[in-house]
Order: sequence, then C-alpha cells, then structure tokens
Amino acid sequence: MKIHEYQAKGILRKYGVAVPRGELATTPSEAEKAAQELGGEVAVVKAQIHAGGRGKGGGVQLARSPQEARRHAEAMFGMMLRTPQTGPLGQRVRKVYVEEGCRIARELYLGMTLDRESGRIAAMASREGGMDIEEVAKETPERILKESIDPLIGLCAFQVRRMAFGLGLSGACANAFATFATGLYAAYVSTDAALAEVNPLAVTQSGEVIALDAKMNFDDNALYRHPELAAMRDSDEENPRELAARENDLSYIALDGDIGCMVNGAGLAMATIDIIKLAGGQPANFLDVGGGADEQRVGAAVKILLSDPQVKAVLVNIFGGIMKCDVIANGLVSAARQVGLTAPLVVRLEGTNVRLGKDILAASGLAIIPADDLGDAARKAVAAARAGADRGGERK
Amino acid sequence: MSIFVDGNTRVLVQGITGSAGRFHAEQMRAYGTKVVAGVTPGRGGTRFQEETPIYDTVEGAVRDTGADAAAIFVPAPFAADAIIESAEAGVSLVVAITEGIPILDMVKVRRYLADRPHTRLIGPNCPGVITPGQCKIGIMPGHIHLPGRIGVVSRSGTLTYEAVLQLTQLGLGQSTAIGIGGDPVHGTDFIDCLSRFEADPGTEAVILIGEIGGTEEEKAAAYVKREMKKPVVGFIAGRTAPPGRRMGHAGAVISGGSGTAEAKIAAMREAGIEVCEGPHLIGQAVKDRLARRPGRARH
Repeated sequence: MKIHEYQAKGILRKYGVAVPRGELATTPSEAEKAAQELGGEVAVVKAQIHAGGRGKGGGVQLARSPQEARRHAEAMFGMMLRTPQTGPLGQRVRKVYVEEGCRIARELYLGMTLDRESGRIAAMASREGGMDIEEVAKETPERILKESIDPLIGLCAFQVRRMAFGLGLSGACANAFATFATGLYAAYVSTDAALAEVNPLAVTQSGEVIALDAKMNFDDNALYRHPELAAMRDSDEENPRELAARENDLSYIALDGDIGCMVNGAGLAMATIDIIKLAGGQPANFLDVGGGADEQRVGAAVKILLSDPQVKAVLVNIFGGIMKCDVIANGLVSAARQVGLTAPLVVRLEGTNVRLGKDILAASGLAIIPADDLGDAARKAVAAARAGADRGGERK
Repeated sequence: MSIFVDGNTRVLVQGITGSAGRFHAEQMRAYGTKVVAGVTPGRGGTRFQEETPIYDTVEGAVRDTGADAAAIFVPAPFAADAIIESAEAGVSLVVAITEGIPILDMVKVRRYLADRPHTRLIGPNCPGVITPGQCKIGIMPGHIHLPGRIGVVSRSGTLTYEAVLQLTQLGLGQSTAIGIGGDPVHGTDFIDCLSRFEADPGTEAVILIGEIGGTEEEKAAAYVKREMKKPVVGFIAGRTAPPGRRMGHAGAVISGGSGTAEAKIAAMREAGIEVCEGPHLIGQAVKDRLARRPGRARH
C-alpha cells in the first residue's frame, strides 16, 4: 500500500527521523495560512499524489510569501499532474503539503527495502541525492553503499557509521545521520514497510540531516496488524475498479486494452495476459479471483470487468483444482443475468467437475463462447473483441 | 524415483481442524498420502475423522508418530510460528501452503532456517509438492497427475497444474511436481529443485516455470548451463506486465529494469533451455524435445 509524502513524514517524525515542519492544505487559503504560520523566508508547496518525479511536472514550487504559496496552490489544485510515474493522463491534485524551506548544503540518498536475494532488509545510501536509485544502480553501481541487516540483530551502529563515512560525513553531521538512519530502520520494521526512501536527504548549511522528500510503502500482508496505517489509504489515488476489486478480495490491475480477463491464480493470470498479446489482442486488466473464490466473488469479478467501457470481450480462464467448475459456472451465469451481458464471454474451464460446469453454461441460453484450451480461448477472445470493435465503429 | 517426497513420507498437518486444513487433509489421504497426525493447539487427544490422532504440539506429534514432513494450513498471522515449531521439532520437510504471511515474518523465518540445514521449507504461498501415485502434500488436484519421468518446478500454482495437465494428456507422467511459491522470501528455490532432479535417476527432463520479479530464474539458468545434462523446458509468465505493479504474487513486481521477462528468457535461452512462447505450448515442447534426443527411445 502506498501513502502520501505528508503521511510518511508524519510517521518518520514519530521515530525520531528529522523532517521539516509542514502542514497539509486542501484549499488555496489553507495553503496561504500554512505558509504564514510556518514563517521563514521560503516555503515549499508540494502536490500530494502517489507518484514520484513531481518536480518535473510542476508539482513542487518555492514560495517567498504566503500570497505566493496561495497562488501556487491555486494552480495545483485540480490540475492533472503528469510525471514519469503517472502515465500519460496524470493524476489529479487534491491536496498540497506546505513545508518550511531549508538551506541545503548537500543532497544525499537513503533508502531501505527488501533484498530478495539475501531475504533481508537492505539499507542503501548514495551521494547522488535526487536521482532515482534504480538509475544510479544502473549507471554507477559502485556509488551505492549497501548494508544488509540481520533481522535478529537489527541495523548495527558500525553499519551506520560505515555509511556515514562513505557518504563523506563527519563529526556532528555523522552523528545526526546515525540518529536519522536508526530512526528510519525503526520506522521500517515497526510499520511492516516494504519501502522507506528519503530522496533527497539534505545536509543543511547548519549541519542538520533532514528528509526533504519521503516515501513509504507497506506490506499489504501485514496491514492487519496496523489498522492505523490501513486507515491512511487514499481511495482517490486508485482506479475505481481496483477499489471495487479489493473490497471483494480480488486482485485486479487495470491495463489499457479491450479484453477483460478473469483467471484463478496469479501465475496463470499473468500467462493469460501474455497469451492474449501473443494472439494479437490487448488485455484490459489482470484479475486473479484466487484459489478459494465462491459464486459471489466470481459474480463480483464479472461485474467489475463489464463495468469497464473499454472492454469489448471477456476471457474467463479457470483451472479448477480446488475451485469447482460448476460453482464458477453458476457464478458466471447469475452475474451475467443480473448485469446483462454487454460483451461476449469466452469461457475456458478445466479441472474438477468440468463437465457439470460446461453443461450449466450451455443450458443458460447466454451468449457464452466455450473454448477447449488456453490457446483456443485466446484466439476466440481476440476475434470476439475485434468483432466488437467493428460493431462499435458501425454505430458511430 | 522422485525428489523430496515418496510413498514412505509421513505427513503431519498443522491446522488440521481449520476449513482449509480439514478439506486438504482429507484430499491428501484420499490420494494415498500417509497423513499420520494433525496438530491444532487445544485439540490434542481428539481424532481427525475418527482415525488420525490430533496433537497440541508438533513435538508431540513427531514423537508419537514419527512424522517427517509437515503441511501448514494455519492462518497467515500464525504461520511463521508454525514453520519454526516444525523445524524445532526436527521435521525435515515443511510445506507452507498459507498465503499472505507478512514479509518481515518470513525474513525472520529464513534467517532462522539458515542455521538449520536439516529442515527444508517449501513455500509459503505455494501449492505444495507431489510425487504422483505416492505422496501429495498440498492443494493441487491429484487427478490431473500421472506417475512418470518429467520433473516440474514452478513459482505459480495454477500454471503448474496447466503444465501437468498438458503432460498427462500427452501421456508424459511426472516424477515430482513442486510449486516453490509466489512470495519474495521463501524456502526451497529453483536451484534446489534442479539439482535434485538432475541427480534423480527417475527424472528424464525438467519443466521450469518462472515469472517476473527477482533474479531467481537468471540464477537457475546459470545453474542449468553449468551443471545440468538433462533437457530443460521453460516458461516465464508476465512478459507483458506493466513495470512497478504487483501482479497478484507479492514477488511479481518488475522494478528498476531488473526482473523483466525479457532478461529471464534471454538468460534461459542462452543456457540452452527451450523457452515456450505461450503457456499452452509447454507440454508439446517437452514431447518434441524428448523426441529429438539422440539415441534415446521415448517412454
């Protein structure tokens, strides 16, 4: 799960990580008031969306007066902010964070995430503050300082010192960095984070070490033990169908094609998307109904797929091992009857009770196109989507 | 022959009184697996379906029944503890079916198991392991399997079933099929399975099914190139996945240009692995590959 910068900074502050003072604003006058209260020479107005690279799209602006903060906020509210991470449409700005400015001497990078290879949390630091760590890893991997953290011991003081010296910090600055990094690790493990990244990490002219930007993602599997974090979820930042899917315990990701997909199992769902592309089609989504889906969940999945105006055909690919094919078939039929079948449904069923399932579909009288195997299903779905697109063309 | 499990494997089921544990314990038993004990704290002294004894602790179950493998169906918040309990009791094969275990729990489990080489963990978030006709530990549908000589290892559950069904329909049986699980931090990896298949006289060829995220497939490819003589057929799911999005499996994320399907496929082909274009072509690819082997009759 992702959260906003202002939320991440709120969490970090609790763990003793130095962050600038700031306030959230949802209207231009709130932004003006926030800048007023912060005082200081310069305030920074920052658009709050779940995507990085905001500065490049005009989502981070300096204000030398409260009035200027207001003007920046006015320009940001409602704008579709486009960054390299948002996609071409951009993301609507609904909140801005107004923060005190600081005199920056150096910009560094500090991040923590899971290193899959070692199965441990790794801390990474670099002198290239403001650059994507992925970029640094590709161009100049030798400039990344990496510490692998033993989960039974935690981040050791010597590891922190090694990073500090490697970054060229000394004296009080190195001590401030140690407090900062130790706090960041404490925040990471206490919140079951999946990523905690401070980029840039500023060393100020007065020697403070402070988080200019902060990003935290959390492990969805662990949210059950952090209700206060789960409550931070911002539904405005999510695709409405992704939201509906989560409420029904379905794993759904929107893509930009016209063939809706419903599959059981993540690997098979990915492979189904691949095979649609291989057959010359474009998938509209990834959807895993899971191994234990019942009639109700299958029904919810059908409704979500058909609610996408892009969808010209739907491909259902179920390998019923534990899930029984007759249960799937009943779910499909009742959902299709409820919402009306607005696009052709290509169905491939395999596994337990497959005969029963196919009979239910055939007896339903609905326009369901049966498929024999995965290859056949993909070809039929692509043909159905093309026919649907042609029909759409005629109507215009 | 087979790897990891066979007709002598004695299985205990942790979480046998929960709905998933009960259902699958029954299915495993129906398949012929020796399910010798169940474990549910607080239910010790009772019996599962009037037959299999239930214990409060894994330690007790192992002492009384000689169980050497554990199937874990306990809910995610308690699953890491269940894995460690089995390892502490000396169980040599722990198969964790449970989905949704917090990553930091698994980070600790993996660190803990590093000091216990006697215990092998398969999973979590996996379908389990099956040696057709002998022993099934997990949730895979038993009836699609056929005893034979093809080894199957995969990160995905249903995609494993897909490959197995294609093999069975072509008359190609399986020596052992293993799902290693879709989580980023897990136990047994591809190389563990590949090395065992290479050494197993009952395995003639291997199917390796990977997916986007991480670098395990690349490492497996390097291993195949270096160590394996048996033919390997592969498939990678997620070629067309958008970067940065988690595709159902927590491990299936492409980030920062690593973990892409292209990189994995290139590494596998470079190692002489025949990589299928689509998941529907896996079975046939194995058949063709075996037919091309010089001086060998097909089974």
